[in-house]
Amino acid sequence: MKKQLSTLHVLLISAVIVAVTAVLPFFVSGYILGLLTVAFYFGVFAMAWDLLFGFAGEVNFGPTFLIGVGAYTAGILDNLYQPPIIVCLIAGTLAAIVAGVALALPALRLRGPYFGLVTLVAVLILSNFVVVAAGLTGGEIGLTVPDVITFDANTNYWLALGFMAVSGAILYFLSRSPLGLILQASGQDPVQTGALGFNVSKHKLAAFIVSAFFSGLAGALMVFYFGVASVGTFVDVTVAVQIIVAAVIGGRRTIIGGVLGAVFLIGANEALRPVGDLATFIVSAIALVVVLLFPSGFLGLLSRLRGEA
Amino acid sequence: MNAPSMLEVSGLTKRFGGLVAVKDIGFAVNSGEILGLIGPNGSGKSTAMKAIIGIEKPNSGSVKVDGVEVAGWPSHRIARLGVGMVFQHSRPLQRQTVLENITLALLQDSLLHVFHNRATEEQARRIADRVGLTPVLDRLPSTLPFADLRRMEVAKAIARDPKVVLVDEPFAGLTSKETGTFAALIRELRDSGHAILLVDHNVKSVAALADRVFAMYVGERIAEGTVEEVMRDETVRRVYLGGKLETAARKEASFADRATPFLEVEKLNVFYGKAQALEDVSLHVHKGEFVSVVGLNGAGKTTLFNAISGMVPYSGEIRREGHALAGQSAAAIARGGIVQSPEGRDLFTEMTVRENLDMGGQHLEAAEAKERIEWLFDLFPILRTRQKQSAGTLSGGEQQMLTIARSLMMNPDLLILDEPTLGLAPVILEQISKALEKLRQTTPITVLLGEQNVTFALPHADRVYVLEHARIVWEGEPARFASEIGAEYL
Repeated sequence: MKKQLSTLHVLLISAVIVAVTAVLPFFVSGYILGLLTVAFYFGVFAMAWDLLFGFAGEVNFGPTFLIGVGAYTAGILDNLYQPPIIVCLIAGTLAAIVAGVALALPALRLRGPYFGLVTLVAVLILSNFVVVAAGLTGGEIGLTVPDVITFDANTNYWLALGFMAVSGAILYFLSRSPLGLILQASGQDPVQTGALGFNVSKHKLAAFIVSAFFSGLAGALMVFYFGVASVGTFVDVTVAVQIIVAAVIGGRRTIIGGVLGAVFLIGANEALRPVGDLATFIVSAIALVVVLLFPSGFLGLLSRLRGEA
Repeated sequence: MNAPSMLEVSGLTKRFGGLVAVKDIGFAVNSGEILGLIGPNGSGKSTAMKAIIGIEKPNSGSVKVDGVEVAGWPSHRIARLGVGMVFQHSRPLQRQTVLENITLALLQDSLLHVFHNRATEEQARRIADRVGLTPVLDRLPSTLPFADLRRMEVAKAIARDPKVVLVDEPFAGLTSKETGTFAALIRELRDSGHAILLVDHNVKSVAALADRVFAMYVGERIAEGTVEEVMRDETVRRVYLGGKLETAARKEASFADRATPFLEVEKLNVFYGKAQALEDVSLHVHKGEFVSVVGLNGAGKTTLFNAISGMVPYSGEIRREGHALAGQSAAAIARGGIVQSPEGRDLFTEMTVRENLDMGGQHLEAAEAKERIEWLFDLFPILRTRQKQSAGTLSGGEQQMLTIARSLMMNPDLLILDEPTLGLAPVILEQISKALEKLRQTTPITVLLGEQNVTFALPHADRVYVLEHARIVWEGEPARFASEIGAEYL
């Protein structure tokens, strides 16, 4: 029968995969490790986004608003006062949550596509702000931070992997918990969910806060990996689109599909580097085909194959 | 019997813009009692129910649940206090099993509640057992027959043992056998002490269940009492059956196209997922004839018209002048002269009256369009004075006239009118009625009218079909309607 894998099974399988991935630094080049490090942070962005889209049913076109606020807050703080990095990380995360709540409170009152539009506009405002307040943010050139967590590629890799694994486990657990059930119901039929006695706005706001927490923290961590923050890597709408594509081709409503999508996107872009500008075009085309033919994404396809076998 | 009522509603009023959907309504339901809230389509009964559970915020009035004033509360708080609602249409969690869907209804409204609880699941099993869902607990909702989906909705609504249960159109979409079991289930809920409010269209559908009936019409109370009292009530009879009928039916034999009627529908079947919306429906309309299809909301009228207009897939055959329409696009059918004036009006509300009419006359020569608009202004004089007003600012009746006028701009061979009286006050109905009569007498137009308002549907009709639960159950001249099938209509 088409019984879903239990939460425990999924976590076990994921743990095995993470363990295998953890020994990669002993076998592959630093260059590939660098790519995977970015892909893991990207995976967290995509998972945090899926909690909103796949479960709360809200299309957030501005994941980079949350990420950008987290990244720039951490970066600017480090640039100005050089407190311990951990303080910058906490500040970045908190700022993302505050910005997220400030955005979600009014936006969640809107219905249908308007929530998405508001989040999209938020991204544009943030990227404009970064450019205008160049003295503080480094503007179009980018913001160089004086500190990094470590220069060691292996450590950076393990840090990203561990962060992704823990984030994934928490987000996945939440999605399968009673909260995830209420969230899905809220996304699917808010009127009935309200009449069943659930405060729909409260649950959606909570999902937004959780999403902002992981997005902001991941953004802040990534700043201290790159050593630089720029609109092109953290805020731009094209980055937001890539995150959304990663989550969707990985598998909507699966949380962990986002990681697969992120690794695929970054891996494919890299593998196609020899063809130059065409790479983006080809990857986009593949993503389009996946979305059109298998709207439930890689993981959806996988579970379908299993169901037929 | 002096215990305070479980549900006590008084002075309840709900306005949408200028439209008063519910006007100063009041009633009470005790525990262990079933109240039937009835009214034709657009009478405000559903709005009243939504206002009770807080989905719509009432503008004024009081709603007391077990003595607690809840008017104006958000729906989740009212639900927590002890009100459950069985929705007519719902979107269950498709990737979760029946058991999980019921478990959902038992969860706490708390963000700290992150671990699954075995006791909750056990409780869900007991509730499923109570409504007869035990055999299908592990199935996904999409694999269930329609009647079981309704049971699941009941299970969710009663999961936390609410004091008051609201049921929206309990029997819509159920076969007569399923109706019986479903009624038994509701009776069992009453006997275990719930106060139950059933919302439905007519007395007949709730007669076997309701202890008392409260009847509404255009937002207001028209009658209240036992089933028998309400059925005898003069106002109720007038609303559902109309007063003395004066019909001017032309004999069917008088139409020239007797052999091949202009429109023939043969053995039409339409399904929406699992629910059968039309079952072996056959009818015909002659050129120049005025045919009414009478049926309650949900009987299948709109589906029938949408099938004729090519907007829903069907099996069976629909022929125009002997040629099958299947395979033609909706646009092609409309251009061919079968024009539907939709229920709910669908006007371009931001455009002016004149612009709406011009849209309908797009394909006409300028001179011809002008002439036609003049003719329509004679038919609906009020529209002439409203030409420059945007359609959204018109009253309901004026909007309906504009909808019909826009359809007439397309110069139809067959005009399909879907429930033009929806939510309109009686005085407006008379104006529209006059216009239809004029249309019938001064033009060769063919009309197919769908109505639940018999008073409106019969006077102009040459022939009448009665559609009930997806099937044609009666066909005949309007004069025979009251004596042969009228009683079904209360």
